[in-house]
Amino acid sequence: MSALGGVVRSGVGRRRVQTVVVGLVVMIAVTVAVLGGSLMVAARAPFDRAFSQQHGAHLTAQFDGARAMAAQLSASARVAGVAAAAGPFPTATITPASGRGGPVQPITVVGRAGPGGPVDAVTVTEGRWATGPGEIVLQADHRLPRRLQPQVGDALPLSGPAGGQTLTVVGVARSVSETAGGWVVPEQVAALTAPGATAGYQMLYRLAESDTAAQIESGRAAIEASVPAGALAGARSWLTTRTNSAGSVVLFVPFLIAFGVLGVLMAVLIIGNVIAGAVSTGTYRIGILKALGFTPQQVVRAYTAQALVPAAVGAVLGVVAGNLLVVPVLAQTNEVHGTTDTGVTPWVDLLVLAGALALVTATAWAAASRAGRLRTVEVLAVGRTPSPGRGQWAARLAARLPLPRAVTLGLAQPFARVLRSATVVAAIAFGAAAATFAVGLGVSLNAVQATESDGDVVIFPGRPISGPPPEGAPTVAPGPPQPPDPVAVVEAITAQPGTSGYRGVAPTELTTAGLTSALQTLAFTGDDSAHGYQMISGNWFSRPGEIVVSRPFLTATGTRVGDSLVLTDHGTPIDVRIVGEVFNVESRGMQVLTAAETLAATQPDLRALEYHITLTPGTDPVGYVKALNAALASVEATAEVAEEESDEILLVVNALTGLLTLLLVTVAALGVLNMVVLQTRERVHDLGVHKALGMTPRQTIGMVIASVVVTGLVGGAVGVPVGVIMQRVTVAEMGHAAGFNLPASVIDIYHPAELVLLALGGLLIAVLGALLPAGWAARTRTATALRTE
Amino acid sequence: MSAPVIELDDVSRRYDEGPPALDAVSLRIAAGESVAILGPSGSGKSTLLNLVAGLDRPSGGTVTVAGVRVDELGEAGSARYRRAKIGMVFQFFNLLDDLTVADNVMLPAQLAGMARGTARRRAMELLGTLGVDRHATAYPGRLSGGERQRVAVARALVNRPALLLADEPTGALDTASGEEVRHLFNDLHAEGQTIVLVTHDLNLARSCATRTVQLVDGRVAADSTVEPVR
Repeated sequence: MSALGGVVRSGVGRRRVQTVVVGLVVMIAVTVAVLGGSLMVAARAPFDRAFSQQHGAHLTAQFDGARAMAAQLSASARVAGVAAAAGPFPTATITPASGRGGPVQPITVVGRAGPGGPVDAVTVTEGRWATGPGEIVLQADHRLPRRLQPQVGDALPLSGPAGGQTLTVVGVARSVSETAGGWVVPEQVAALTAPGATAGYQMLYRLAESDTAAQIESGRAAIEASVPAGALAGARSWLTTRTNSAGSVVLFVPFLIAFGVLGVLMAVLIIGNVIAGAVSTGTYRIGILKALGFTPQQVVRAYTAQALVPAAVGAVLGVVAGNLLVVPVLAQTNEVHGTTDTGVTPWVDLLVLAGALALVTATAWAAASRAGRLRTVEVLAVGRTPSPGRGQWAARLAARLPLPRAVTLGLAQPFARVLRSATVVAAIAFGAAAATFAVGLGVSLNAVQATESDGDVVIFPGRPISGPPPEGAPTVAPGPPQPPDPVAVVEAITAQPGTSGYRGVAPTELTTAGLTSALQTLAFTGDDSAHGYQMISGNWFSRPGEIVVSRPFLTATGTRVGDSLVLTDHGTPIDVRIVGEVFNVESRGMQVLTAAETLAATQPDLRALEYHITLTPGTDPVGYVKALNAALASVEATAEVAEEESDEILLVVNALTGLLTLLLVTVAALGVLNMVVLQTRERVHDLGVHKALGMTPRQTIGMVIASVVVTGLVGGAVGVPVGVIMQRVTVAEMGHAAGFNLPASVIDIYHPAELVLLALGGLLIAVLGALLPAGWAARTRTATALRTE
Repeated sequence: MSAPVIELDDVSRRYDEGPPALDAVSLRIAAGESVAILGPSGSGKSTLLNLVAGLDRPSGGTVTVAGVRVDELGEAGSARYRRAKIGMVFQFFNLLDDLTVADNVMLPAQLAGMARGTARRRAMELLGTLGVDRHATAYPGRLSGGERQRVAVARALVNRPALLLADEPTGALDTASGEEVRHLFNDLHAEGQTIVLVTHDLNLARSCATRTVQLVDGRVAADSTVEPVR
């Protein structure tokens, strides 16, 4: 082994703590960077990624089967500008009963022999593809709670033209292009088509140029021209689908960017600090090496290599750990998008690996070069202790504090190495900022979810089901649930002790000029209709003819609070006035909220499907529900304690936030650990003197812990405002990305006492980082410490 | 003769596989004695001092100082023992560079729980006695070697220890400063302070010690009473 190799090897082995810290910090930093980078790539355009993976359809065209033959449609695949096509697939419209309380609405089923193909390669997420008549694969619908979605094995009775038939759900699949509500085998479609009618056809096209609406329209026109006149019944652009599907997914991007930036900054800071510290404590040894004949270049190479060995090991482990963490996190987003993405992005791995090693090399080289330039005699003279004069003013001031002497000795120590302490303050500040941001983000997201409150108790239509259904009985009850008798329900609610207020909720659909989709509308009865809703501006409705809507609705209709609007209910116009903007994410912000009386003329029989009850404080919900169900014995309705369903996206965000915060806080604590180790090593002789003069192990621990108190407090005090700013900017950006104005209850979520506690979190990080070296310092043998030069 | 302050019974200290640094040493030092431990490098002088100071533990035998079984003390007990019973003076002073002279002297008293004001008064009193009170607010780096060692002695005495241990107290000093320190130790002994010196300096031993103990290869080779040369 060469002399240089020997120095590197002995350096790595001799300074085990710093070797381990360098390896760990680089590992964690790389883990965060890989995780953040991979998720940012994955979340940057999740729809685009999923669309690309499935070879999504740029144009989904519906043809009238009576006006075009299948062969003519097949020929349209050769139209100029069409890059690939699939179909024609026969189509029909069916109306299945969901049976699980979900909405009964017509869906388009497409006859496809399999999920694959050159366009719209559908991903089967549960069960299998349909292989014979009587089977259906449903499009996954993440807008509905899982309990309302039909499940694999459910039998779906059909109403409408195909009434009397039953389809068994054999699979759930996800078409990013949203080309169908369900898929059956092609030969099944004829049976689902109304007698005397001709099944339609669906063609799926990928266009050579598809980035703009104009390009899509050009492709559509070319295809329309290639088929008989009037054959093209409708076509949907992928751009429309992409806009609609963005929904909650875009919420990921701002917070991942925030964590990504935080992670990279911390990585730079900690790696720089650790390596510079490692070289700094090796200055005396460098002097000895130079005295023995090592050239400055050899010294620089030796110390850079000493840093790179553990850094390289840590970086490789970090890449592995980052990818291992990406996989389960993306599994949840895969479910949402129907993708099969592992999240492992080789170029991100390579970029992070190369970046981390380049950073380590640059930092170590810079620090080692500084030592290499020093004259040998100066290097030997510098040794490992701070030059006298540094921090003496702090020691003088601290000595006057009315605290135990061991503590005041510790309090002054950071001022002996101001630059190093400043970098550790920054590391702690980033850790505190991450924790503050994470807490704030979680509270904000929970506040968003709180706006979807159904009160304390919910009354659903139907009788409670106890035990498994009898053998042979259909798993799904036919027909949609029927609203319970409102008079009886309201009587039972109002007579029940503990009732604070209630609202009856009658869902229906209205339309308005300019919007092609139906508007989900909730018509309320009762005295507590506004429960849980957060107003952005204006007021809650107080009389018939007034509506409350969200920002996306106002944007889509070009209206403002105070404007009048005409809604259409079964062809009958209803004049309404927008009296308030509410924060309501339901129906992607397109939901209309109004009093039931607004629809009295057009839907006189409209009844509330559910009732949401608010209890007086101190009322036991379980006892209340039991008593209420007894009172509802003669009514087709069941009361249940309201359960807050956790949105999957929120769960992913919360899990990810917790994980990233934990990693960043660990990095910050390791930064402190490294600083205290350096400090302890530099002052080990002084430590021996202290102990020789009677400092007990407990006092030694107190001194070392006290040495990080100032950095911890300052770091916390700096980090908390940074975290608050990050939370405000990120949450507002998330709201903006989703098209909402956010209420103050979602943004202004920190209380002063919480901010103080979070600032003390900086101190906690510092103390955690100092505990281990404090223990070492306490156990260091006095005689050994005194012998150390 | 007074009751012994230090009692070493059959004390041995071994490090790893090598020969013992101390081998079955038994020694008694009475209150008020000033004893110089002499011997060549590696003879076990510093090891003996460390054992008496509770900085190290014997491999065998017992060490009793002022009625305390030092060999049985844990880390915390040793620390408390040192601050209550022992004052230590080192060859290279071991003053803390970032503390003023007064703060250095006050430190052992404050670690023992003495209030800052009381400790300061005691420190100033000692610095005055030792003639370095004018440097009380200066930092050790600005003092001469002799002055630093006086400050170190003041620090060693601040808790009124039963025993003053000195490890080569003149080893890092020039002749004039060494002479100052010799006088200082003479004065302390004259005031009744029990002193144990480890030294190569025969002049120091002759001038300050009433008794010399010669160590060779970890054993007591000679133990004799001397008449100090004043």
